[in-house]
Amino acid sequence: MTTLAENKLLFKGADWDFDLIKRVHEACGEIGINEMGLDPYPNQIEVITTEQMLDAYASTGMPLFYRHWSFGKEFARNEALYRKGYQGLAYEIVINSNPCLVYIMEENSATMQTLVIAHAGYGHSHFFKNNYVFKQWTDADGILDYLEFARAYIAKCEDRYGQEEVERMLDAAHALQSHGVHRFPRKRMADLRSEQKREEERRLHGEQLFNDLWRTVPAGKRKPNKDEDERRKALLGLPEENLLYFLEKTAPRLAPWQREILRVVRLINQYFYPQRQTKVMNEGCATYVHHRIMNRLHEKGQIDDGSFLEFIHSHTGVVLQPGFDDRRYSGINPYALGFAMCCDIERICTKPTDEDREWMPDIAGNNDPYGTLRDIWANYRDESFVSQFLSPACIRDFGLFRVVDDEEQEEMNVAAIHDERGYRKIRRALSKHYDIAYRDPDIQIVDVDLAGDRKLILGHRVLDGIVLEEGDTQKVLQHVADLWGYDVKLVEADDSGVVRGEHTASPRRPFM
Amino acid sequence: MHIIDRRLNPGGKSFANRQRFLRRARAQVRKAVREASGTRSIKDAGKGGEISIPTGGVHEPHLHRSRHGGMRDYVLPGNKKYIEGDGIPRPEQGGGQGSQASDSGEGEDEFRFALTDEEYLDLYLEDLELPDLAKRQIAGAKAVQWRQAGFSTSGPPSRISVPRTLRYSMSRRIALKRPKAEEIAALREEIEKLEREGGQFDALQALRLDLEQRLARSKRIPYIDPVDVRYRRLESNPKPIAKAVMFCLMDVSGSMNEHMKDLAKRFYSLLYLFLNRRYEHVDVVFIRHTHEASEVDEQTFFYSRETGGTVVSTALFKMAEIVRDRYPVDQWNIYAAQASDGDNTSSDNAVVLGQLKDVILPICQYYAYVEVGMDDEDDHPGAGEPSTNLWRAYRRVPVDAPFAMRKVRHRRDIYPVFRELFARRPEGVSAEGA
Repeated sequence: MTTLAENKLLFKGADWDFDLIKRVHEACGEIGINEMGLDPYPNQIEVITTEQMLDAYASTGMPLFYRHWSFGKEFARNEALYRKGYQGLAYEIVINSNPCLVYIMEENSATMQTLVIAHAGYGHSHFFKNNYVFKQWTDADGILDYLEFARAYIAKCEDRYGQEEVERMLDAAHALQSHGVHRFPRKRMADLRSEQKREEERRLHGEQLFNDLWRTVPAGKRKPNKDEDERRKALLGLPEENLLYFLEKTAPRLAPWQREILRVVRLINQYFYPQRQTKVMNEGCATYVHHRIMNRLHEKGQIDDGSFLEFIHSHTGVVLQPGFDDRRYSGINPYALGFAMCCDIERICTKPTDEDREWMPDIAGNNDPYGTLRDIWANYRDESFVSQFLSPACIRDFGLFRVVDDEEQEEMNVAAIHDERGYRKIRRALSKHYDIAYRDPDIQIVDVDLAGDRKLILGHRVLDGIVLEEGDTQKVLQHVADLWGYDVKLVEADDSGVVRGEHTASPRRPFM
Repeated sequence: MHIIDRRLNPGGKSFANRQRFLRRARAQVRKAVREASGTRSIKDAGKGGEISIPTGGVHEPHLHRSRHGGMRDYVLPGNKKYIEGDGIPRPEQGGGQGSQASDSGEGEDEFRFALTDEEYLDLYLEDLELPDLAKRQIAGAKAVQWRQAGFSTSGPPSRISVPRTLRYSMSRRIALKRPKAEEIAALREEIEKLEREGGQFDALQALRLDLEQRLARSKRIPYIDPVDVRYRRLESNPKPIAKAVMFCLMDVSGSMNEHMKDLAKRFYSLLYLFLNRRYEHVDVVFIRHTHEASEVDEQTFFYSRETGGTVVSTALFKMAEIVRDRYPVDQWNIYAAQASDGDNTSSDNAVVLGQLKDVILPICQYYAYVEVGMDDEDDHPGAGEPSTNLWRAYRRVPVDAPFAMRKVRHRRDIYPVFRELFARRPEGVSAEGA
């Protein structure tokens, strides 16, 4: 409500109502949009209960999802942890859609609701709308409709082909989902809404064209080709790193509905791909935005000291980074790193030191922190963000050090610490750590023996001598063999061509 | 911006997924439930609760790198003392070193979650079956089932059947030749036309008369007449209800100590839970006996002490009497469970056997005798069967009678013994009913 006087408190105490949410949303927008220049999606704020939050957890935060036992497992796990008090629930869940869905819990106090709206409704929402990875890969307008379609399609398949068969198919698809993304944009992905229509039309078209006579037409003799190998690979588009895509398109024995299920899992997973690449930046952006907005609200006298302290308490918990030797340590906290880096960039823009001028001459002292940050949020992902903007000051604050653990050595070795010689090394190592292409094993489909026994050959490019985990790989390969319908082999070799391991699987219960 | 209040939306979105998960992990969950039941207190026997199952069966594999070997590179926060070139001894396996450790989900080998009461009991009592569930009685007026039964000419307005009513209305209209609306409209048009054209007075007159007649007729024959109206009729059917009564018989003489009573109580509780799930209505009758038997309430049954001799037959006579008074055999499924330490006055054995064979077993669906003993007693190998008075007497019960006897010495035996007694048997092998 713009009629509110500047110095009037937005609320007092912990209780909130819908009117208050509206006022808070506008007050945050005043700061977020007018002062910081953010450009978020319109928000749709949904108030939910604890139980509904647990439900949302189980389906990766999405408001609707197809049915599968693994979501039930996830639900059971979270519920048990929550009931015993091991794990608190998130204050919010935000969904990259247009309008941006923000779930807030009814148990939150008024201060927490303000924090959540600033964090999700302005921070995340701005990031989703502007970051290039999201722009390139996700279709925020269509995702909810597509999920609706996926859910209905899979339910229909269950009715028609039986729950067990569909479940088996989904198990196989889920096992491969980390290797079911296109990492490089080829042609622009069709938007998800037309995706639904496409499926319908293709099926109808197939039914119309079907003519059994074609089966009886004798095939002409094929001319022998010298470059048979090359030709075959080119035809199949090999090598192919998107395993799900390859199987969907080329597995010889799958029924159309089974291909469609592979496609559904693949497309939904592709939607989440940007989130995996931008965890630090996304959380950093949202945390920085809520921190700024809350501070400004306090400065303008719109929240009182009590709620400001409540906010500080919660915020400190969120950006806590325990040291490596701490019992609570479980990796680098993306909130902490992202927030620290954003604050650091603000500092470099406004109060640079000599060191900063030397390291980041482009932005040091340009006195436009918000513009600089907006530009960074739009054009980088975690890997490039860290490699460009992790400043020595930040490395010192975190006390980052790099440890190399070589199997052949007796001890692990501290390769770099936060000193002159170490900054670049640490920055490079950390940036590599956030590079998804490096973190996920590089597995590709290399060849298919179409003329012979139709064996599918996959290759794992072994980096740093780290092979695949034996048990899981065997299980996943079994799924691949069942999907492919014939034998499958996975060869692990490093760049010098030394074979580090081989796994094979034969179909036990092929899908057909 | 919109605010939407979703709090009142129906919950339980994850219910279907949860069921799928339980079905998937059924074998492991069942095992876990059986194991958990050994450590539970009697009050919680039927409650849900947390269980843990090995992750194996519900593991979701994915392709990822091994956590051992090779050349690894970590960036860690919180350096306090290290300088470049320092060596760090490798932590013990599973020491949590390394920033890649957390996302593989490998570390946990157990999956913990909570079951609801309903789910727990289902699994707990799965595969168990009550022998001879035959007698289903038509119980009192309360239990009525309503079902659709055709149509009637009277009823409340809310139950009007529109299709049926219109069907009757149409056939009546056709039969009585009610003029159709379009015929009247056409006639009117024609009259109008003639009026405009003028002349042809006779023809006009005839048409007007025709119209008048038709209008009068359609007024006499209404579109929907009360005789057309039909109502969807409901019929009430008495609903058969299976009722069961469970007799708990226990020796409370001095020789029964607290441990034995506790064992008996556990057995009764299980039986009660089980009956309760199979029957809509279960009565429990407690009969305790020393040298004389009396019907008591639960509290007295388990906790008050009595002194006296031990004459088991008194309890059986008492039971027969109660059945005669309150539980007509043709209306009730009768179950009995007897717990005793096996003592009986020697002269009474023949009476007990006679009463059991001739009176009790013929009216019972099932009669279970549980002989409770001390923890340490007879535990050496080759102890064989107990040889108490009562046990020897019951040995002479015919094999085909719905009768079973077991010896229980320890808490952990209760559930296995119970399962053994009520395990689902293949057709034909089950104990014959009375």
